[in-house]
Amino acid sequence: MIYYDRVTKVYADNSVALEDVSFSVEPGEFISVVGHSGAGKTTLVKMLLAEERPTDGSVFFESINVHEVPLHRINDLRRKIGTVFQDFRLLPHRTAYENIAFAMEAAGRSEEEIRSDVPHVLELVDLMDKANNFPDELSGGEQQRVAIARAIVNQPDVIVADEPTGNLDPVNTFEVVQILKKINDLGTTIILTTHNKGVIDSLKKRVITMDRGKIIRDDREGKYIL
Amino acid sequence: MKLVTLKRIFRAGLMSFWRGAFVSVASILVMTVTLFTVGVTVFAGVILGSGLQELRNKADVSVYFLTDAPEERILEIQDLLEARPEVLSVDYVSREEALAQFRERYKDDQLTLQALDELGENPLQASLQVQAQDISQYEAIAEFARGQDALEGGEAPIIDKISFYDENYRTALARLQGIIDSAGQLGFFVILVLIGTTIAISFNTLRLAIYTSRDEIHVMRLVGAGSFYIRAPFMIEGMLYGLTAGVITLLLFYPLTYWLGGATADFFGGVNVFHYYLRNFVWFVCLILGTGVALGAVSSFLAVRRYLKI
Repeated sequence: MIYYDRVTKVYADNSVALEDVSFSVEPGEFISVVGHSGAGKTTLVKMLLAEERPTDGSVFFESINVHEVPLHRINDLRRKIGTVFQDFRLLPHRTAYENIAFAMEAAGRSEEEIRSDVPHVLELVDLMDKANNFPDELSGGEQQRVAIARAIVNQPDVIVADEPTGNLDPVNTFEVVQILKKINDLGTTIILTTHNKGVIDSLKKRVITMDRGKIIRDDREGKYIL
Repeated sequence: MKLVTLKRIFRAGLMSFWRGAFVSVASILVMTVTLFTVGVTVFAGVILGSGLQELRNKADVSVYFLTDAPEERILEIQDLLEARPEVLSVDYVSREEALAQFRERYKDDQLTLQALDELGENPLQASLQVQAQDISQYEAIAEFARGQDALEGGEAPIIDKISFYDENYRTALARLQGIIDSAGQLGFFVILVLIGTTIAISFNTLRLAIYTSRDEIHVMRLVGAGSFYIRAPFMIEGMLYGLTAGVITLLLFYPLTYWLGGATADFFGGVNVFHYYLRNFVWFVCLILGTGVALGAVSSFLAVRRYLKI
């Protein structure tokens, strides 16, 4: 489904973010990418979203080289990938409901679909009562749950969560991980980057460990080992 | 484009305009200054242009005829004058028209009107108001009129007097025209710079407003929104800034021109800016609102572009 083929990324200041990285992800997998800050986890995710271009190598999503997709077609690809970030990245002038609806509007979904699906995902992340709140009226955990709801509302094939628990307390971290597990149980592929040992050890799923831009371990049922 | 998409774009633009109130107010204020400058430029051009025209009109040749001059002979001279290449126009003012104009001019002066009534008959003369192509040609026109009168063999002369401004007045007028022309050229350049500067400031204000939304644009891209779907609401928002600023500017011009109207009419000779504003209001609406909306749309279009490159 997703295949990184000898991907190398060197930034303008000659710092190497990724070096000869190759791995593949099967449909329905839940993989965690772990590593210290600066190990290259975020760059790895940005490659899949075509936010960054590799210096060398290719990234394939469903047999399509994502960096050969022209800019005006890239939105079609991104609609198949739901994204969740450490800093939530909600639209500040829109309510929780409108933030989720935006992803559907952008995908050209009808008003009826939006009216039926948005409450459904809000219920899934247990935020029905906060539908009309703006992001600055929500706690960090609630904002992250809105972000997850936005990421899943278009029923993407894969969810990419880049350090989603980085800004959350242990309770909210647990809740977010439980939601991701639930989504994965429903068949969606999950790529999670984190450096939270507790999260990784509780998941008991595949773990890719990175260090200084390289993959140093790839364990089927891994633990946080660094 | 689907109707629902259009509806969403307009709704998003309106929502952003309304919810981002502080940025909106700042942008509208700056755009109001720009549009005000554009409007003032138009008024300045009109005042200068018509002021000079008024001065030029005053420098015409007036040929006054004796009160018993037959009208057909006056009209003959009018035809002859109109045939001259140096003559721009000839207006015939009959004795009755002259009387009506006199009464109108002195309608508030009962003493003068009373004196006129006591005369019993119309004392005013018919006249031809001749305008030349160029202010240096009045002398020649006056000579020609005099010559025509003298040439009417056998009949009594009908011209009583010919008045036109003397050499000194015309020299002064020519000089004034020169000054206005060069001031016009310099002014045009200054105005271009001024308008260019205010447009640049407006553009930068909108750029800053959109700069604050760059993360938002980034997120929109990442959740799969197309370029047009992201850009169009910003353009709607920019157009709303321009529209609001335009309405404010048009409203501001109303009391301002009302206040300055009398002064400009007295000082610049003839043009009351208030009357001019009211008479050309539709044109002003198109100019000011059109400039505002176009400025808002183009500025937003260009400002968003750089953030869409991911």
